[in-house]
Amino acid sequence: MTVAIVDYGMGNLHSVSKAVERLGYTSLVTADAGEILAADSVILPGVGAFGDAMEHLRASGMDVVVKAVAEAGQPLLGICLGMQLLFSSSEEHGEHKGLDLLPGSVVRFAPRDGYKVPHMGWNKLGFLQPASPLLTGLEEGHVYFVHSYHVLAGSDSDLLAVTDYGHPVTAVVGRNHVYGMQFHPEKSGELGIKLLGNFLRLRREQA
Amino acid sequence: MLAKRIIPCLDVKDGRVVKGVNFVNLRDAGDPVELAALYDSEGADELVFLDISASVEGRATMVEVVRQTAGEIAIPFTVGGGISTPEDMKRILRAGADKIGINTAAVNNPQLILEGARHFGSQCIVVAMDAKYNEAWGEWEVYTHGGRTPTGIRALTWAKEAERLGAGEILLTSMDADGTKDGFDLKLTAAVCDLLSIPVIASGGAGRIDHFYDVFTAGKADAGLAATIFHYKEIAIHDLKADLKQRGVEIR
Repeated sequence: MTVAIVDYGMGNLHSVSKAVERLGYTSLVTADAGEILAADSVILPGVGAFGDAMEHLRASGMDVVVKAVAEAGQPLLGICLGMQLLFSSSEEHGEHKGLDLLPGSVVRFAPRDGYKVPHMGWNKLGFLQPASPLLTGLEEGHVYFVHSYHVLAGSDSDLLAVTDYGHPVTAVVGRNHVYGMQFHPEKSGELGIKLLGNFLRLRREQA
Repeated sequence: MLAKRIIPCLDVKDGRVVKGVNFVNLRDAGDPVELAALYDSEGADELVFLDISASVEGRATMVEVVRQTAGEIAIPFTVGGGISTPEDMKRILRAGADKIGINTAAVNNPQLILEGARHFGSQCIVVAMDAKYNEAWGEWEVYTHGGRTPTGIRALTWAKEAERLGAGEILLTSMDADGTKDGFDLKLTAAVCDLLSIPVIASGGAGRIDHFYDVFTAGKADAGLAATIFHYKEIAIHDLKADLKQRGVEIR
């Protein structure tokens, strides 16, 4: 089983790649459209700013490839900024269009007493849809977040899990075979690895 | 609500863990990668590697240690020691570290914090500071070069400046408490936490489980760091976390 990790020049892909391998899959860090479209599942990582990331995706042609992955029914997982990119738009340093695979927007955490920004550290997941294939068999626990912006999902049915940071914060999303995790599963201990494992078990949808 | 973090610190010299490692169940207790994996499995929330190599070769070895560690553990980790340019930061981050710790280099060149934050994001930049109480001032003074050089800079002033320049976190070591096992310096820690809106990791003085409870409550710290007591198994991380959780501290 081969997992393509989309390499578009944003962030460190080594940890994700190693986590995939530890779960028994072959990981392929690649920017090759053919390799990505042939993979059993695809991970869109990302660290940094939304606007920069979209520019890198467009410049490398990876925006078109990721959309093709979604259309082809290959399981797709966006991690951290990679999850945010799946949505319609972001207000991070100006207004930016996202990949628009899921409806919703990315907004900055409003300042609140006692809640530092970035939201950085271990916070507990609350499962909204425990029967989702991504969450099945798992217990609610802490995972590792690092972000200053968060997703306002346009459709409640896409929200699989949230975390509490003064208000419910989008943590896991999913629709059909397109998924996202705001936290870093590869940095989230045993629960993170199990979440990643659940994603990797998903299979391409038959057209 | 965020969980309070428990962070073991590993001193690494020329690719080997030094200072008080006493694990009977490790094949090689001096191997930082193996020790990191063990701490991950025991429930550490994060790790700090302090590279105390003095040579160029030693530093090059550290990059390889980081690379291997990133592939073995599933928790975030910080690397500090001898990082003085954005290029140094890049080398360590690319190898798979999540955060960079800077201490003396940041005091000598505060712009390094700004540059690091701009290039890699504030969340990557941990400003480590060693502070000692200065009787004449009635407050704490910053020391550099591993606590050997007094700087004449007030710790609270420097902490605020580091935050303003873009530090994502402060790793605060009390030189007065360090090595005593009498507990963290709660006054210093609370003073810095009250002043800043970025997370503070308290370090120095941990000897018992109670000390962590105190630093998370009275000390207001976001994380507690220790080395010897974990390396010598004086406190097992699992027991520590179970105790804190039972006392109502938010713990993973």
